[in-house]
Amino acid sequence: MSTAASVPAERPSTVYFFGTCLVDLFYPEAGLAGMELLKREGLRVVFPQGQTCCGQPARNCGFFEEARTVVRAQFAAFPEPWPIIVPSGSCAGMMRVHYPQLFAGEPDQAQAEAFASRVYELSWFLVHVLDLKLEDKGEPVTVTWHASCHSMREMGITDEPKRLLRSLSNVTLVENPRERECCGFGGTFSVRQPEVSAAMVADKIASVEATGASEMVTGDCGCMMNISGAMEKAGTPMRSRHLAEFLLERGDVR
Amino acid sequence: MSAELKTAAHVTNHGNGHVTVTNFAGRAHVALNDKPLRANFRRAMDGLMAKRAAQFPDAGDLAKLRARGAAIKERALARLPELLEQLEARCTENGIKVHWAETTGEANRIVLDIFQGHGVRTVVKGKSMVSEEMHLNAFLGEHGIEAVESDLGEYIIQLAGEMPSHIVMPCIHKNKMQIGQLFAEHIEGQRYTEDVDELTAAARRVMRARFAEADAGISGVNFAVAETGTLVLVENEGNGRMSTTLPPLHVAVMGIEKLVETMADIPPLLALLPRSATGQPITTYVNMITSPRKPGEKDGPQEIHLVLLDNGRTRVYADLELRETLRCIRCGACMNHCPVYARVGGHTYDAVYPGPIGKILTPQIAGLDVAEDLPHASSLCNACVEVCPVKIPIADILVRLRRESVRPSASQAVKGGGSGWTLSEASAWTGWKWLNAHPLLYRMGTGVLSALGHLIPPSMPPLKAWTSVRTKPKFAAQTLHQLARDKGFDDE
Repeated sequence: MSTAASVPAERPSTVYFFGTCLVDLFYPEAGLAGMELLKREGLRVVFPQGQTCCGQPARNCGFFEEARTVVRAQFAAFPEPWPIIVPSGSCAGMMRVHYPQLFAGEPDQAQAEAFASRVYELSWFLVHVLDLKLEDKGEPVTVTWHASCHSMREMGITDEPKRLLRSLSNVTLVENPRERECCGFGGTFSVRQPEVSAAMVADKIASVEATGASEMVTGDCGCMMNISGAMEKAGTPMRSRHLAEFLLERGDVR
Repeated sequence: MSAELKTAAHVTNHGNGHVTVTNFAGRAHVALNDKPLRANFRRAMDGLMAKRAAQFPDAGDLAKLRARGAAIKERALARLPELLEQLEARCTENGIKVHWAETTGEANRIVLDIFQGHGVRTVVKGKSMVSEEMHLNAFLGEHGIEAVESDLGEYIIQLAGEMPSHIVMPCIHKNKMQIGQLFAEHIEGQRYTEDVDELTAAARRVMRARFAEADAGISGVNFAVAETGTLVLVENEGNGRMSTTLPPLHVAVMGIEKLVETMADIPPLLALLPRSATGQPITTYVNMITSPRKPGEKDGPQEIHLVLLDNGRTRVYADLELRETLRCIRCGACMNHCPVYARVGGHTYDAVYPGPIGKILTPQIAGLDVAEDLPHASSLCNACVEVCPVKIPIADILVRLRRESVRPSASQAVKGGGSGWTLSEASAWTGWKWLNAHPLLYRMGTGVLSALGHLIPPSMPPLKAWTSVRTKPKFAAQTLHQLARDKGFDDE
């Protein structure tokens, strides 16, 4: 299932950034931080204004034709052969794992496969392609990591984000024993099965809070919207941020 | 989106202690409010996950073994029609009588005919999911034949008059207090106790008498070997062996997909099944049945029958993507690792096969028109896909079934395809498509949302469901598109 990416032969000089619709509307600061991190590493970062959504919501609901139409708009928006960096394991998984399936037997199947092979999840790219080294300039803080299901099980990302967090000298990472359990977001699942989703996020909050961390860091804004929204509603808000924002704020290039 | 309205919990409280529910969300509502049930499942699933993990310490070895398990089942399925004929020929040579049933009704009739022909009055049963699919106990009961479950878990739920809530551990939803009460009520001379050893001993006492007096035994089949005509049956209590050797007549029921090509295929599957299921290196009993008692042998039944059940499987088989469902070896690892199953339990699925495998199997066997909400009762987290010992792409098949329910394939691969289509949902996705396929429209739309999104009332569907336990997401004042342009990031 997981289609682990391979490191490009040469370090690219230009990359595309696919912000994702959720980041675009609700967490633009996370997307911007991802772009700044890449830029700081000396890359030219291109953000095509023609980009919209990866198509996952429609695909997951069975509306494949509608999804393909939207995906084709992304093919048009990212014409150059540059790597496409995505600050979300879920959207990256859609693009890398599911585009080839979604276009199997379609006239543009080859284009879908070529596009998919250029897709990288941000933290993976930072670790394996850029070998990012950071110097911590922040105050001591204890954080916990929330891993998204699709980053783990579709993109094959296991330790990369935690490795980046551990590399910061003033950051203590407390791992969540239930890290691998879904937070209950699941896109339309959260509104089609609201009570099951609510039970899942309640348990997720309890396990996040039990780590004693003062902040939760994650690589997927869908999960974050779910978890932090539920924490806020329950009146026990804990700060939560996208990994890119956290790294940009704390880490100076070493 | 109408989806929210369609899947809202359908719960009617009749006020006299009776509550009727008609869909997954409704049954989930009841289960989620049952504290002991939730605690039972959570504890049990946590334990099972830990035990399985301990059995597979090396990720590389596990990956190889799973690939092998998947390949064995795939190879067998690729030749299924000829292998079934081979199995029938070998079994017949070995003295096992083979019967074919297209429907569960036919299968029940076949079993009844065999029993009536032998004057059978009481039957002991080893655990069999296919017999659950047939609702065989009830059918036999209607015809004056008493079938007693001999698997402890199955026996407990038979006493309670319930369905299995798990395919391997059928009474996992009950704790020892509940079982203690059940035994005190139903077993003569048994006092209430929470002592597990005493409870087990009580069941054993009942069972021993049953084994001795039974006119026939019924069992399922874990694997059937086409090459040799051997029926392989794994179990932990010895009841499977007793049910298939003590009574003079043994009837085995199996789904047609349980075939493997050769005996050499069995060890890798045995290395996967108990470890994935219960976290055991091997089951206490592995039974291999190849023929009835031969002249001069001291034990075994005089007669063995094998009933091969289709019940929609050839329809599933016809579609190459859906066919992967038939690789299943019924280990239950998918449900043990499912975050939805762990919270709502097996009965919420209202089907013989609960959990992730049930979510893809039930709609294919029963039809999407009766189980349309099952493929949607998943967050697509892929935990099941990660642990499946034969690598069934459950999440992809869930999405395929969601597709069949709104836009059926030309081949009409699944019964009841199209039954989930609604004008409102289809229109919503058409609108979504227009907005996201036209970048200019998208930027205008998202710009408007950034400026005015805070005015959307949280009571509007589907936000209403979202905000029941979460705050409304806050639209940022500026989109990333706007910020990227302002900060001077190139557009091409």
